[in-house]
Amino acid sequence: MTTTLLPTKFGNYGGQFVPETLMPALIELEEAFVAARADAAFQNEFNKLMASFVGRPTPLTHAKRLSEKLGGAQIYLKREDLAHTGAHKINNALGQALLVKRMGKRRVVAETGAGQHGVASATAAALLGLECVVYMGTVDIARQEPNVFRMKLLGAEVRPVESGTKTLKDAINEAIRDWVTNVRDTHYLLGSALGPHPYPTMVREFQSVIGREAREQMMMEVGRLPDTVIACVGGGSNAIGVFSGFVDDEQVELIGVEAGGSGIESGKHAARFGDPSRGRVGVIHGTHTYVLQDEDGQIAETHSVSAGLDYAAVGPEHALLRDTERAFYTSATDAEALSAFQTLCHTEGIIPALESSHAVAEVIKRAPRMRKDQVILVNLSGRGDKDLNTVIKEIGNL
Amino acid sequence: MTNRIENAFKNKPIFMPYFPLGYPDLDTSIDVIEALAKNGADLIEVGLSFSDPLADGPVIQHATQIALERGITVKKSLEAVKELRQRGVDIPLVLMGYYNPMLAYGLQNFVRDAAEAGADGFIVPDLPMEESEEFENALGKLGGRVDGDGFRYATNATQPPPSYRDHPLIQMLAPTTPPERMEKIARNAQGFIYLVSVTGITGVRKSLAEGLGELIARVREHTSVPVCVGFGISVPEQAKEVGKMADGVIVGTACVRMIGGSENPVEAARELTRRFREALR
Repeated sequence: MTTTLLPTKFGNYGGQFVPETLMPALIELEEAFVAARADAAFQNEFNKLMASFVGRPTPLTHAKRLSEKLGGAQIYLKREDLAHTGAHKINNALGQALLVKRMGKRRVVAETGAGQHGVASATAAALLGLECVVYMGTVDIARQEPNVFRMKLLGAEVRPVESGTKTLKDAINEAIRDWVTNVRDTHYLLGSALGPHPYPTMVREFQSVIGREAREQMMMEVGRLPDTVIACVGGGSNAIGVFSGFVDDEQVELIGVEAGGSGIESGKHAARFGDPSRGRVGVIHGTHTYVLQDEDGQIAETHSVSAGLDYAAVGPEHALLRDTERAFYTSATDAEALSAFQTLCHTEGIIPALESSHAVAEVIKRAPRMRKDQVILVNLSGRGDKDLNTVIKEIGNL
Repeated sequence: MTNRIENAFKNKPIFMPYFPLGYPDLDTSIDVIEALAKNGADLIEVGLSFSDPLADGPVIQHATQIALERGITVKKSLEAVKELRQRGVDIPLVLMGYYNPMLAYGLQNFVRDAAEAGADGFIVPDLPMEESEEFENALGKLGGRVDGDGFRYATNATQPPPSYRDHPLIQMLAPTTPPERMEKIARNAQGFIYLVSVTGITGVRKSLAEGLGELIARVREHTSVPVCVGFGISVPEQAKEVGKMADGVIVGTACVRMIGGSENPVEAARELTRRFREALR
């Protein structure tokens, strides 16, 4: 109806399902994003920060002992856990924060589940001199305490969210409510490839650095493309970031891993694609995508041991990748993720985030079925220090 | 059926309370809406509940959450509208709810069942102009059905879908809406325009937005449909002020708080309507 600069949809998914008050802000954001993308000075500034502040490129690590143990494919880890602040979230947070400066706004609000995006936003805001408010569900505050402290240290205000399920979904509701109220001087620094256009496209763009680097590193260091790329999928920003580097290489299999929670049949999970009885196409938080919901269209409660995957909807581009079968989606349960978490600790000396452990769990299932000359690339999206309390509670003291 | 919405605006400014079905329970909410209607409300925004009402403040969040916990559904809400009509409520009832439950019900079915139950129009706060084509299409405004590529064809060649053209999807305007966009939205508006008076979510505010009169005047340049103002109006004195400028005054949060928080909600509804009606005379 109106013309946007970029397509607002991925096939039938995506769009801009937001109150009218926010539409002008989305239009302004899209304009700023498109202009910045074409502006060499902006790109330079972004790339410079990626190198000097984030520590990019992050390494590609050959997980030799894990590969040997599983006895199949060679496993390579894209080490986003080594990015500053400990996860891929910083790529997007810095990109958007630079845009905020460009738009002349002075305040950002963000949601966070695991706390990684909250920490990344607080960090970017501190670096660029922006005011930062992070909304976080009280359930998540309890299970990600170290990150709450980190955000506060970085100068952000953490506002506990008591409404609804008190997790990521409700933190997003509150962040949007703040944004609607203060839209004239506030930017919503959304942390995943979710929400209304232009967020899914913009977040992918800022996260595509993962895929670009990984592809180049595979070619340089391994001399070939991977057969399979695996990433965990909450909203789906780390997955879309790494997939974007390989989506045009049709021979590369792309696999997203959702949170299987206590198992699909238990109903306590966050597998939007994995549970066709409740994961149906709908609209939540401004986007048209697969959403876990009940018969009446009420958004379902989700469960995952990892706060970052504990969300009822998936980014709209993943919905299209799934429908077109360009990517495949599976799930790992809490137990499988916790087991994978320990396996990676023991075999590689790397403590992965519980989110990333879901991707590792899929590797453990899949690698033994592959030949030794085949290659799996895993996006290790974050480190697990933040999860130690949860892990101790779940598996007891070692 | 004559157009109830048009008729309602014969004596302006009109009083338009909002109340969610199912709060504090289904039977009481039906009684409350009946009481609002029979004591002077000119048009009622009948609320459908959603688990994630991102345009609403804490009062309406809380009320709709309770309605959901006590089992309200879209189906029960539509049955309640039918019940209200059977009780002789003859003012316009406009359904206000978020998009996902309507999608889950099936848009075509939702529009049909709502119209058959006696609803007169729809307000969907998370459906801006850009995304409203499918809904407009379900209302039969475009004739036939549009597929993903924009190709339009009759759902069934021999039996065109029923049309609910006289059931408007109410368009919202906000203080942030820039002039060009305002013109586009206002020009296509049907029924009335819902002008959001402040940037923000629903809720009580102490003072009215500055420049409201100017904002209303800007809207009127582009449309002849009535302009109604909502968000933040909580006491009759504010309603009186807004009523001098607007064609209708929407009171949501204050209604929910005063009626829902009362020991006798039906009596509270009567009292509230009388007070606002008085102020708008």
